[in-house]
Amino acid sequence: VTNAAKLRMAALSASLAVFATACGGGGSSHQNTIAASSSNVETITVNAGPAGGYPNGVFTSVRVCVPSTSNCQVIDGILVDTGSYGLRLLSSTGGGALTVPLPDQTGSDGNPIGECAPFVSGLTWGPVANADITISGEKASNLPVQVVDGSFASLPKQCAAFGVPEQETLSGQNGLGANGILGVGPLVQDCGSQCTQTGSSNPDLYYDCAGTTCTVYAESLAAQVQNPVAAFATDNNGVIVELPQTSTTSSVTGSLVFGIGTQSNNALANATVFPINSKVEFNTSFKGQSYPAFVDSGSNALFFLDSNTTSLPECSDNSSFYCPGSNTSLSATTAATGSASETVKFTIGNADSLFSDPSAFVFPTLGGPNSGTFDWGLPFFFGRDVYTAIDGKSTPGGQGPYWAF
Amino acid sequence: MQARVQSSQHSGYTLHEMQSATGTTVREYVSPAGMVFAVAWKGPYAPNLQQLLGSQFEQYEQAIRTSSGRASHGPVTIRLANLVVQLSGHMGDYSGRAYIPDKVPTGMSLESIR
Repeated sequence: VTNAAKLRMAALSASLAVFATACGGGGSSHQNTIAASSSNVETITVNAGPAGGYPNGVFTSVRVCVPSTSNCQVIDGILVDTGSYGLRLLSSTGGGALTVPLPDQTGSDGNPIGECAPFVSGLTWGPVANADITISGEKASNLPVQVVDGSFASLPKQCAAFGVPEQETLSGQNGLGANGILGVGPLVQDCGSQCTQTGSSNPDLYYDCAGTTCTVYAESLAAQVQNPVAAFATDNNGVIVELPQTSTTSSVTGSLVFGIGTQSNNALANATVFPINSKVEFNTSFKGQSYPAFVDSGSNALFFLDSNTTSLPECSDNSSFYCPGSNTSLSATTAATGSASETVKFTIGNADSLFSDPSAFVFPTLGGPNSGTFDWGLPFFFGRDVYTAIDGKSTPGGQGPYWAF
Repeated sequence: MQARVQSSQHSGYTLHEMQSATGTTVREYVSPAGMVFAVAWKGPYAPNLQQLLGSQFEQYEQAIRTSSGRASHGPVTIRLANLVVQLSGHMGDYSGRAYIPDKVPTGMSLESIR
């Protein structure tokens, strides 16, 4: 919030001044900054996505090259996800766009390495490959990425125990709804040190695949699929997702800015820093009770608590969304150890009514249940510059990981 | 599940708490007749849902595969006639719970299953 905006609100009513730092996300009234085109800025768009019909998906494009060659491809329709780490590309044979022949990563025995990456609602399965990645003017060379391709090898039994491959959901369509996922969250690797271990403490993400048969593999940190931003030569300490305030509509455009405090266009300004704890969470309180919380552009609604606590009924035809009788205004307070707290006002609408407009894909009031937890999904980002600082990286707001807004 | 089990008695059920080798805390809620009517979990890695849901896993998978309409991406609530499954979190932080609504003891709050 600019000082001018604060003054305007204070002039309207003294009682509104306490909310002056709490604008954004469905129903408030101020303008955040959206960075102009620059070498550290990539355009992002919230729209139906490459498969059509995706509610509240924020997409961008990435240039992908076979390492150290000019055999390259620009792939659009890639979901920008601050809740995961690493680039995943859906192969053209799996319904995606990737066609350039990225070389498989191989293990110590020369066999290709596969990955089973668990997301909350499903998983992605396919080989780990290496690619040179360029987004706007930023480049990561020989980066381990995941190619999402179910034909790579049989799904290992440990992987099947995590749930259902994303590409098999939505009644046989491309359930991913995107050509890939750009994981630019607050950590570097998508697994970390436990995947380097052998035995029962290995969480079963990486596999050595002989033919179609895969066995769990101890994958080094450097070889794991990882956040491309951390691998950039410059502007590598985090990202800012900048989307304008909006009403329900078909499409909005914003900016994905690389780096925090590294250029004139990515200063932390007056954003409040919320350090992230070892569980990759901070806190949010609602009606006097504190809950674990996180910020995630890849979650397509504000997912929080339950009907009993919020008095918002679930939709009768889809229990993952709320369907109140009318728009409902609420507030919650975000906090973290060693940070200031901040009140966030938001509005939840009726998902069935929102979805009844077939041309609408941008929903600032979409909400759903998430028992005992607050997931500040994409609606939170509208009208608010949201900073994600990467674990171990220095920034003007201190060392990551943190969220700031 | 490799685990040290801690048990505690509550009104209408016994709670078994254990930790998997990958660091996920699992809580099993068991009726006096020995039936697991609810399970909840939280940890840094994805849980073995097949193990947690047992014989209900196929029913859950089927519900995920056949979901239609505008999809939720993120937390999921699957509400079937005899099973509720709720999954939450993000990469690095996975939590959730499942319960059989008919078998939850009268007077036990659903919010306490976590």
